[in-house]
Amino acid sequence: MSAEPTPIDFRSAAARDLQFVERTPGAVKPDPILVADSVTRHFGGIAAVDVAHLEVQRNAITALIGPNGAGKTTLFNLITGFDRPSSGRWTFEGRSLAGVAAARVARSGMVRTFQLTKALNRMTVIENMRLGATRQPGENMFAALVPPLWQPREREITAQAEELLARFKLLDKRDDFAGSLSGGQRKLLEMARALMSKPTMIMLDEPMAGVNPALTQSLLGHIQALRDDGTTVLFVEHDMHMVRHISDWVVVMAEGAIVAEGPPDSVMKDPAVIDAYLGAHHDTDLGDDSLLEDEPTASITGKDAP
Amino acid sequence: MDWTRILTNVLGEMLAPTTAAYALAAVGLNIHFGLTGLLNMGQAGFMLLGAYGFAIATIAGWPIWGAVLVAIAASALFALLLGIPTLKLRGDYLAIVTIAAAEIVRLIGRSTALTSLTGASSGLRGDSYKTTFQNLSPFPTGTTTIGPFSYSNNFSNSWWIRLVGWAIVLIACLFVYLLIRSPWGRVLKGIREDEEAVRSLGKNVFAYKMQSLVLGGVIGAVAGIVYVMPRAVQPDSMGRPMTFFVWTILLLGGAATVFGPVLGSIVFWAGLMLIKSVMRDGVSDSFISSGQIEQLGWVIVGVTLMLLVIFRPQGVLGDKKELAINVR
Ligand SMILES: Nc1ncnc2c1ncn2[C@@H]1O[C@H](COP(=O)(O)OP(=O)(O)OP(=O)(O)O)[C@@H](O)[C@H]1O
Ligand SMILES: [Mg+2]
Repeated sequence: MSAEPTPIDFRSAAARDLQFVERTPGAVKPDPILVADSVTRHFGGIAAVDVAHLEVQRNAITALIGPNGAGKTTLFNLITGFDRPSSGRWTFEGRSLAGVAAARVARSGMVRTFQLTKALNRMTVIENMRLGATRQPGENMFAALVPPLWQPREREITAQAEELLARFKLLDKRDDFAGSLSGGQRKLLEMARALMSKPTMIMLDEPMAGVNPALTQSLLGHIQALRDDGTTVLFVEHDMHMVRHISDWVVVMAEGAIVAEGPPDSVMKDPAVIDAYLGAHHDTDLGDDSLLEDEPTASITGKDAP
Repeated sequence: MDWTRILTNVLGEMLAPTTAAYALAAVGLNIHFGLTGLLNMGQAGFMLLGAYGFAIATIAGWPIWGAVLVAIAASALFALLLGIPTLKLRGDYLAIVTIAAAEIVRLIGRSTALTSLTGASSGLRGDSYKTTFQNLSPFPTGTTTIGPFSYSNNFSNSWWIRLVGWAIVLIACLFVYLLIRSPWGRVLKGIREDEEAVRSLGKNVFAYKMQSLVLGGVIGAVAGIVYVMPRAVQPDSMGRPMTFFVWTILLLGGAATVFGPVLGSIVFWAGLMLIKSVMRDGVSDSFISSGQIEQLGWVIVGVTLMLLVIFRPQGVLGDKKELAINVR
């Protein structure tokens, strides 16, 4: 893995900071941005989420993995205010976010994407992007009536949106309706839209599902670039190769609880993780280092779709 | 068949105050449904409330601006009351609550307990609240004939209410034109598409929906004032059928467009007048009576609308592309 050093080298900082963190579930991190305590969510009889303690390191890429139904999406929903927990509390940048509405969570700098993509179909790609921006005075009903009040900001937003669209290879779709995009393109659009607000922390629920391998590679680069620019990334992913390739830290969930934590190469060998996946679809290549190469295209082409 | 008379009738209907009032009500509903995706099934309730607010305040001696403000305040309050419990729930709940609430307004208005205020089921006579509006008119008293049209200058079904009614419609359209292309309008459209997504982008969805409900409802209330100017406040003439006509007009003209509601109203009322006039002239009395013609007119309108919704669901002015994409 090689990257150009940036003024503050968040990549090596993350690696350095996480180096001495204990490899146990709920491990304490040197500089956590998100801290959750005894978060539970019951659906009828089953506990979809039962997390005793979780810390997410600032300016690092943390992967959240686990078999289907482990509770990853539900945990995302709870933390971002889209669902209410049965119990629990959590803080983001030191402020308590338990019980805070989803929109306010997003405004506080934690933006998420959805496993089932939510593109705004009957709006164009560029309008989707603009909607992601913050501090647009024209979103006030009265200011909206006076275009000079919001047009300067609109131009800034549009420029920023076009830059992001170019990065996500969507610029030629600029004026198409989002509903006319392919499934993978919608995933990309949703991620680009989430970045419009320049979040402190971005939470991606299976960002690569349905995205073609060549693009996956460049997206991995973008996610790393986000971290290198100082954004904290928490993502859910089933593709172990991708997890291993870009994450600084891996948290493993099974049946609602966190069963293991650690750096990507060692966590896959954890007996608890192998246990969690046994019988699930990923048992075959867990920890198989011959398949876990650093070259993403090679690893992705050598693997079945999740 | 006397085509000159028929065409005169149709043209007259196009410019009638009622057509303007319905256009305005549809502009309001367009903010609810076309822009935000809110299913307001009680636009007639907002209109009736506006009419009552204006008429009762005027009868109580308020000046015209005060009376208009009362109408606006009443409808805004009504929107808040309906919105607070329902806007956090799924869309269908708003539909149920608004249709019921509009009926409640009508039933309260016609109840004998309020006879002194609302005139119960016989309503409020036009003369009792029209004077402040008529006094504002710059025209001299009398009747003016322009082409085939001859109306009183100021009194009741007058040139004056036509002028003011259509001016308000134009202002409302300008308003929607500005809003629909603004970032505010963009947030509303986002909510129409997927409110969870908009929430995830940090917008207070509830507040936007509430603004939309209030704004569209207030426009509905003003439409109610225009509607009762050439007639009386009759609660039973402003019930569910009125709401459905407003919906028909909106879908006919094209939801989410600026001029769709206006065109829809003109086409709707002119079309109805055309059908009825042709039948009156062309079909012998022994075949269908004039009362049946009235009803058959509605039947034909209904069938035409069904065909329209099947074959041109985006309405006359709507963007086919915008409607065709409906993948979820
Ligand atoms: N709304 C709901 N009602 C009832 N049960 C639910 C609901 N949402 C999730 N669950 C249950 O909670 C558990 C965790 O679901 P969740 O979607 O969080 O899994 P996940 O880890 O994201 O899985 P995947 O990898 O398949 O996306 C599952 O057993 C699921 O059936
Ligand atoms: Mg999931």
